Amino acid sequence: MMVRQAHNDTGVAVVARDLVVCYDHHVALDHATVNVQFGEALGIVGPNGSGKSTFLKAIAGLLEPASGTLDVLGEAPRSLPAGSIAYVPQIEDVDWTFPATVWDVVAMGRFPRLGMFRRFGKDDRAAVERGLDLVNMRHLAFRHISALSGGQQQRVFVARAIAQEPKLLLLDEPTTGVDAQTEAALRKVIRELVHGGMPVIMSTHHLERASEWFDRLLVLNKRVVAIGTPDEVLASGAYAELHGQMHVHGHGAGERHQHD
Amino acid sequence: MVMVPANGISTTEMQHWLEPFHYQFMQRAFVTALLVGVLCSAMGTYVVLRKLAFIGDGIAHASFAGIVIAYLRGADYYVGAGIVAILTALGIGWVHRRGRVALDTAIGVLFTGAFALGIFLMSRQRSYSVDLQSFLFGDILSVNHQDVLMIVALALFVGFVTALLWRSLLYTSFDPIVAQAGGMNAQRTEYILLVLLALTIIVSLQAVGIVLVAALLVTPAAAAYQLTRRFSQMMGLSALLGAISGAGGLYLSYFLRSSSGATIVLLATILFFMASAARATVRRRSFREIRSQ
Repeated sequence: MMVRQAHNDTGVAVVARDLVVCYDHHVALDHATVNVQFGEALGIVGPNGSGKSTFLKAIAGLLEPASGTLDVLGEAPRSLPAGSIAYVPQIEDVDWTFPATVWDVVAMGRFPRLGMFRRFGKDDRAAVERGLDLVNMRHLAFRHISALSGGQQQRVFVARAIAQEPKLLLLDEPTTGVDAQTEAALRKVIRELVHGGMPVIMSTHHLERASEWFDRLLVLNKRVVAIGTPDEVLASGAYAELHGQMHVHGHGAGERHQHD
Repeated sequence: MVMVPANGISTTEMQHWLEPFHYQFMQRAFVTALLVGVLCSAMGTYVVLRKLAFIGDGIAHASFAGIVIAYLRGADYYVGAGIVAILTALGIGWVHRRGRVALDTAIGVLFTGAFALGIFLMSRQRSYSVDLQSFLFGDILSVNHQDVLMIVALALFVGFVTALLWRSLLYTSFDPIVAQAGGMNAQRTEYILLVLLALTIIVSLQAVGIVLVAALLVTPAAAAYQLTRRFSQMMGLSALLGAISGAGGLYLSYFLRSSSGATIVLLATILFFMASAARATVRRRSFREIRSQ
């Protein structure tokens, strides 16, 4: 995967400074200051409602910040060229009975950059095939999407993001509800992208393999609670403390699909 | 027209079954039914997949006020209905986006209100019952030459814009958030789609009327949805079922002496249930296929 190094003079892909985002009349993200480098994977953890999805959506230009600055690939998210940001949503976010095959969904990744008039050509087909190959879904390309398992659906979404050939990849809990094999396959793919210079930001509930997934880990609870290498952050006990509070307040794993 | 006897069907019998095509008003009606059937059903693909069925109903009912006002002031039908339908569609889109009031509540309040205003104004006229009837259930036989040209023009326009926005409409129907993150304008696409739906509804009101237009936007597409695996197949099959319903329903209504709009919608409904039955069969077969893989 090629990543253009246009913004690499500083090496910073995403700069959020004192970022405040409100959602449904309450503050979902409170004065967050976070940088993400090219070729770096940032993991975001935190309880439900801690602003993980909000942060991802703000970076994707889906939510407007109330205050603070947000600089993505050197610009405001919405003024970026089409196809710059790939967002991998939770699989519950779409209707899987939609009339589409695996191929059709992955091909949608090409649509933003194609716009209205450009033909879906050889390069586009190649990008779709590469996406499918990387997540090992090529053999299911012409299966209807309703006939997929949850893990396969997640792979389709990642394949679509790869086919988009973005400059920034955002993933919303892609490891939730998938089997260990899929988790390992996704981790391998993402790490390869990161190795190629892609900045990746991903929310998760799973900490077991945080150091294998991420270069840095952000603990979020509306505010930035802790940020550092996964080992540092886990050793600091910041997340454990937050996690403990979560259980005291009766929140737990059962709400893992809830949107922040 | 010269009748050629074929396969033991006598000339007179043939003439009987071809009778509807002899009248010019019927020819115009067939062109209209075919166009409306295809247009509604093709656009219906978006209505079904984006779950906008109630919106179609709302636009149709609200347009009624515009039609009546245009009618009473002697203004052009398409202008009156067009303005109100498009404003309604954009209003619905705005409510949908803002989400302060639940969408079905907003439609239930505002658009039945506009509908009632239409009936109120209409009922103060002398020829009330006859005209109301034709607005509610359509009057495809009264379509004149100019109407046909207008319908062709609007259908071509809707088709052209849909083709232009094909990718955006498809992507935002399946996954609007990701399409937007990728740089597509999901909001603008939705507004444009609502305007296209408003135009589709205006074109169709003459054929099937206010009460039944929503059915033609939903039923063929819902039938096609059950039988197809890809989006373009669904739209193609839906358009075909719409054409069969439109032309077939009109043809049947001639012999059954029934309301053309109602017959068209009933035929579409029958096709829907046939599709459901076929779907059950296909499903059994595909289960076997998956198991044998």
